[in-house]
Amino acid sequence: MNMATITNDNWLLTVGTFLPLVGVLLMMFIPASEERTHKQIGIVTSAVTAAVGVLTLLRFDYGHSESLQFFVDSEWISVIRSNYTIGLDGISLPLYFLSMVVTLLVMIYTWDNMPDAGNPKSFIILMLVLQVGMAGSFIAQDLILFFVFFEVVLLPMYFMIGVWGGEQRQYASLKFFLYTMFGSALMLVAFLALFFQTGAESFSFAHLAEAGALIDRDVQIWIFAGMFVGFAVKVPMFPFHTWLPDAHTQAPTQGSVILAAILLKLGTYGFVRIAIPMLPQGAKAWAPVIGILAVIGIIYGALGCLAQTDMKRLIAFSSVAHMGFVMLGISTLTEFGINAALFGMVAHGLITGMLFFVAGSVKHRYHTLEISRLSGMLIQMPRLGWILGFAAMASLGLPGLAGFWGEFPAILSAYNPNFGLNVGLYRVLMVIAALGTVLAAAYLLWLYQRTAFGRPNPEFDAHAAHPVGAGVNDDHHGADIHDVTPIEWIAWTPFLIAIVVFGVYPQLMFDVMDPAVSALVERVGAGIP
Amino acid sequence: MIASLLAQAWTAPTIDWHAIAPELVLVVGINLVLLVDLWLDEAKKWAMATITGLVLLGAVVPVVTLAVLGGDVRDAIFDGRYVIDEYALILKALFLLVGYVVVLLSQNELEEGGYYQGEFYVLLLVSVLGMVMMSSSRDLMSIFVALELLSIPAYMMAAWRKRDPRSNEAGAKYYLLGVFASAVLLYGMSFLYGTTGTTKLTDIGVALSGELSAMQILAVVFVLAGFAFKISAVPFHTWAPDTYEGAPTPVTAFLSVASKAAGFVALLTVLYLGLYGADEVHSPMIWAMAALTMTVGNVVALRQTNIVRMLAYSSVSQGGFILMPLAVMSTTAAESALRAVVIYLLIYAFSNLGAFAVIIAVSRSTRSGEISSFGGLMSYAPGLGVLMTIFLASLAGIPPLGIWIAKLQAFRALIDAGSTSAYVLAIIAAVNTVIAAGYYMRVLRQIWMSPVPDGDTTPIRPPSSVWLALGITAGGTVVLGILPSLVLRFADLPDLTGALGR
Repeated sequence: MNMATITNDNWLLTVGTFLPLVGVLLMMFIPASEERTHKQIGIVTSAVTAAVGVLTLLRFDYGHSESLQFFVDSEWISVIRSNYTIGLDGISLPLYFLSMVVTLLVMIYTWDNMPDAGNPKSFIILMLVLQVGMAGSFIAQDLILFFVFFEVVLLPMYFMIGVWGGEQRQYASLKFFLYTMFGSALMLVAFLALFFQTGAESFSFAHLAEAGALIDRDVQIWIFAGMFVGFAVKVPMFPFHTWLPDAHTQAPTQGSVILAAILLKLGTYGFVRIAIPMLPQGAKAWAPVIGILAVIGIIYGALGCLAQTDMKRLIAFSSVAHMGFVMLGISTLTEFGINAALFGMVAHGLITGMLFFVAGSVKHRYHTLEISRLSGMLIQMPRLGWILGFAAMASLGLPGLAGFWGEFPAILSAYNPNFGLNVGLYRVLMVIAALGTVLAAAYLLWLYQRTAFGRPNPEFDAHAAHPVGAGVNDDHHGADIHDVTPIEWIAWTPFLIAIVVFGVYPQLMFDVMDPAVSALVERVGAGIP
Repeated sequence: MIASLLAQAWTAPTIDWHAIAPELVLVVGINLVLLVDLWLDEAKKWAMATITGLVLLGAVVPVVTLAVLGGDVRDAIFDGRYVIDEYALILKALFLLVGYVVVLLSQNELEEGGYYQGEFYVLLLVSVLGMVMMSSSRDLMSIFVALELLSIPAYMMAAWRKRDPRSNEAGAKYYLLGVFASAVLLYGMSFLYGTTGTTKLTDIGVALSGELSAMQILAVVFVLAGFAFKISAVPFHTWAPDTYEGAPTPVTAFLSVASKAAGFVALLTVLYLGLYGADEVHSPMIWAMAALTMTVGNVVALRQTNIVRMLAYSSVSQGGFILMPLAVMSTTAAESALRAVVIYLLIYAFSNLGAFAVIIAVSRSTRSGEISSFGGLMSYAPGLGVLMTIFLASLAGIPPLGIWIAKLQAFRALIDAGSTSAYVLAIIAAVNTVIAAGYYMRVLRQIWMSPVPDGDTTPIRPPSSVWLALGITAGGTVVLGILPSLVLRFADLPDLTGALGR
């Protein structure tokens, strides 16, 4: 992180972040019965927001991606020395933009895939508020501001799961909420401790990254522990992961996609942006623990996948495994590993988001996600079947697709951890993580084999044999099996293209992130005596 | 003898009429309401609420002019025993505004119940007058007088539904325990006076700054216990749930916000001006009370099925959070702690009153106080549902809604102090935040996710006065959450202590 900041176009981030609220305001004055209008406003608002995101991409100075751009620092809560400080660098740019694109595509998908509970007005308002929180978390350069945005996502997600989710939705949403709340309460205590230990001067990231390194090692370890719990719950890392399978399985498709693509990244982003640079010695002390838990997560997630009978739950467990790879990369504290982790975050967002989209569409057609009841998708819906295959291949880390560049370098980086971390330990971790990729191949191929190959289940075949008109009813038991719809194509194509593009040409993202990451690792190194 | 007394030259103290104008407006208003009530036709009693509201708003005017014009000139009157500073003014404004919102909420309840409207509003005004005086009191005598002035009308207001045995129980319980608490408090105050020879808090502060005698230790313990009743801190909280549940809902809102805040204001003043030297006695007491209050309040609240009772326990638990920073008030974190308490009182008032306003609006049509009666509220009254979501999420401390900044301040004060015990208390509070979220979310779950219990989905049409109350409280909750700087600056320690030359 270079202290020099480039301050052109500094209105851009504020507008891009808060624009969805304009849509929310508008929708508040339109009655809930005008469902089409609400969906239109949702799409238009998120499209305009994404357009601002594209403008941000265009205006971004890629020659200086290590320094904060579009920087704003204005007074907010001066009494507690917290400012409205925002900025974007190479680490946050991809995630910031991803959050906008994902929201737009999810909005488009909602056009004719509204979850059963109905009421698009509330649903879309919540998604727009969610978008504000997500984008805001990635631009915040002040701990308190970050905390506020980090928490803004909590309630909308809670309601999305709880109102529009599956059978166990109330349990899943409460679990999600309480886990996250617990994490953020401890995280807040850690933030405040960091603030006072650095002389209570400012909450700004730049200041804390400079002053945090001077704190005593023991104190750093304690503060890191508090942040660790907060971020690890969000990631989620191994012992704190139990909310995720429930939340993912019960959430509506839109919720699952946003959860997988963006919300989980808030945790890993927190590690990279806040915990590690501000507490270098704490990070070094905790790195082996993070590494071990990450690898446990990889294996545990993979084994969990093998035991699942529900397609969505399987994808959810695969998230635990994939986030394990990300955390392993981070725990090496190497430039290589953190780059891989950041890449892995975006790649996992695209791929797992895609898988959840497919799962949602399968559920929409078959009204079940029982793997044992699904088969022969390639015959009944060849295009959807191929997309599932494509996403599964990307997810298992097939070279040439985006997933590979998140996993493979992360494993490789463990060969040679930074700052004198225990090499022996990390090499063991590396080997186990590599085994994890084999397991990933196993569960994904097995999933694909069981659902896509073979003959279609006669249970659904019989329904499909009915005349087309009979299948249109919204009865939960009548299957309406048709291939990918135009709306689905619009929502999915950007994902599919991005997975290929980043798979074939990963430099595109690495080039943006690397200067920022190398500055970050350099700074961490300076803080470790 | 009388002649000799008269013979002494007595000079009237110079009185700054502008400085005590808010109190004067209230006194005049109380008499006005009392007189108008006598002459007013039974059919026109609705006007009483309007007049009372105008009196309360009228009293805000001098508060504002004092805040704008006021300088060091009119800081202290009556030899520094009655002080008008920013700290006092912001709290006066708070109490007057809370009084106004309670009038808005009471209006329909009283009209429809056929209760004694005139008398009710007189008592409400008297109670608010006590609170307004409390903000300025810097002397044991005036604090005690203000405390009784605000409590005694409240005992009667709690029993206002006189044909309802629960309301009678509420009033009786509140009265008996309240009087007991006053007695304990007065006993402690008499020890303070006896050992220091003064009732002026700043002088007591000087006298207590050295080694404490056994009597003085006892005095501090008694004074603290007396206030603990008023702020319903565990283990002195047992009256609160029964009183809150039995009293008419607007009165409950008043008690859980204004009366509690007044208790805290008194505690703040006494601690910061008089007892700061006795921290060895009160810091551990406050630490234990804060930890117990938030934990017990929360755990019991989890099991409630009646929403008012749940909010009663939630307000007990919130009291623990407000008390928490005072455990470190004698350290370098004194200023953070003071600011935390004042901010908490201000924002808590908005959110809690708002929650009660929604309950009043909803229970008017559902005729039930059960949490389950909120089932499916979003489907037939989305406006009220969203407002309740805002208020409860604020009470749970979720940014960017009101109370998050207050909770942040409370945590900040503890961590500013930096001692191990402070950190332990912070962790206890962090865990309690999660427990509290559990029961607030349960109500939200009913509102958003459950079906309508009796299938009755006729839209709720709250009276306009309730809408106004909802607007004020929701506006305060949201705006103060996003721009807390608006009020944060009012709680500076120099305002409270500097003017008195501590």
